[in-house]
Amino acid sequence: MKVNLEELKFGTELIKRGFAKMQKGGVIMDVTNAEQAAIAEEAGAVAVMALHKVPADIRSAGGVARMADPKKIQEIIDAVTIPVMAKCRIGHIAEARALEALGVDMIDESEVLTPADVFFHIDKRKFVVPFVCGARSLGEAVRRIWEGAAMIRTKGEAGTGNVVEAVKHMRLINRAIDELRRLPEERIYDVAEKYASRYAELTSAVKGDMGLGEVGRNDVVFEEYTLGEIIDGIYKVLLEIREIGRLPVVNFAAGGVATPADAALMMQLGADGVFVGSGIFKSSNPPEYARAIVEAVQHYDEPEVVAEVSKGLGEAMKGLDVFKLSEEERLQTRGV
Amino acid sequence: MRVAVIGVQGDVEEHVIAVKKTLKKLGIDGEVVATRRAGVVSESDAVIIPGGESTTISKLIFSDGIADEIIELAESGKPVMGTCAGLILLSKYGDEQVIKTDTRLLGLLNVRVKRNAFGRQRESFQVELDVKHIGRFDAVFIRAPAIVEVGKNVEVLARFEEYVVAAQENNILGLAFHPELTDDTRIHEYFLRLNEF
Repeated sequence: MKVNLEELKFGTELIKRGFAKMQKGGVIMDVTNAEQAAIAEEAGAVAVMALHKVPADIRSAGGVARMADPKKIQEIIDAVTIPVMAKCRIGHIAEARALEALGVDMIDESEVLTPADVFFHIDKRKFVVPFVCGARSLGEAVRRIWEGAAMIRTKGEAGTGNVVEAVKHMRLINRAIDELRRLPEERIYDVAEKYASRYAELTSAVKGDMGLGEVGRNDVVFEEYTLGEIIDGIYKVLLEIREIGRLPVVNFAAGGVATPADAALMMQLGADGVFVGSGIFKSSNPPEYARAIVEAVQHYDEPEVVAEVSKGLGEAMKGLDVFKLSEEERLQTRGV
Repeated sequence: MRVAVIGVQGDVEEHVIAVKKTLKKLGIDGEVVATRRAGVVSESDAVIIPGGESTTISKLIFSDGIADEIIELAESGKPVMGTCAGLILLSKYGDEQVIKTDTRLLGLLNVRVKRNAFGRQRESFQVELDVKHIGRFDAVFIRAPAIVEVGKNVEVLARFEEYVVAAQENNILGLAFHPELTDDTRIHEYFLRLNEF
């Protein structure tokens, strides 16, 4: 069949969201080298997240956390046949472009790394490669979806091995969706205005400083978009959520999932799949641990299977008490 | 009529919705079940293996006995469709990626597949194809495999570039793309009608 190249479409919303849908029911594992990537693939991971350090080590190392060394990412890409994801800093368009050029299959614009922009996330629609972003609330999720994210994940509190924050974020998002479904249609626009107000912060600060008054609907506030266009876009996303009763993109659990039972819990709360960060390669027996988490996700509603795969797994990662973390130590507050 | 969608991993819900729409459209009294356990496929009249990661789905269906049920159902003449990862699993022969990852295949469709034939996610694409028995079809390819060799008795339904991207061997239908991601149900209609033979 002769095909005119112009008829070929790349990077459409359907293709990006479609890629994320292929990950459903799966476990995406953080890996820091080719050997770990091979263990993850062998255990049945649907994808790997290529990192320089796992979140627990990023946390203890301190300093500025950046995109991983492209050489390392390339080695991981070469080691496995499943998709490879990698993280860029929030708002760091240049890191994201570099990852896209490397051939990374999905970019995680992640709060686990040190944010590069305090005002904005990346305008993800301008990329061919799909993005996943973290969210603690429906507002954060909706803003990321409007920006073009093809997948949402809970932020949780990465590198702690403590599932409490991931549960909290999943509950907050689910509860907000219920609230939205009960809301009369005429009130939805108010929610959209509230959610969109975050995009006006930069312009508002500048105009305030210059004594130029309030931000209006016709002010261009982010990339080429006016505040009015953003509100209308977010309104559309909210209407869709209200109609289908869930996020219009895949929603994974992340940030503190450490054991097979943690993974099963997040699936029971409605997650479409699970990211496991430090949990696997900080445990005492990574291959067994990885396999057990894959099994637990597949059989999340069969307690006897979760019990069976959890037997004699050895030490889970040690973990941290999230409530003892100071505000600066909490990664989840980055990028709203 | 009861249609089972293998639900261990991948875009299961999208196939469930597509089948529901198709049953309604064809006026067939039937149901569709997504299953992650053994015992459901053998009670069904048709089965779909969705898109997802072939390495993951293969491990899970072979360890749970679902694979044997699919083979048995196929051998009894009931329609079986695989899309993307599903096509890989239906195939008789794989490529070096299939071998490297020790991925077990069902061997129901006499073809050789090549995984990630078009490249990585950034090379994923949408294109209008000519599909035999169907017509023009908006096909979505996501890190898609392709068929590189076709055995005897296998009918080629669609080609793209140098590859075969849709093929049928009697009651077995394999597609490299994802009809479940668009609203067009014509391929699902064609598939469910295979039950009438």
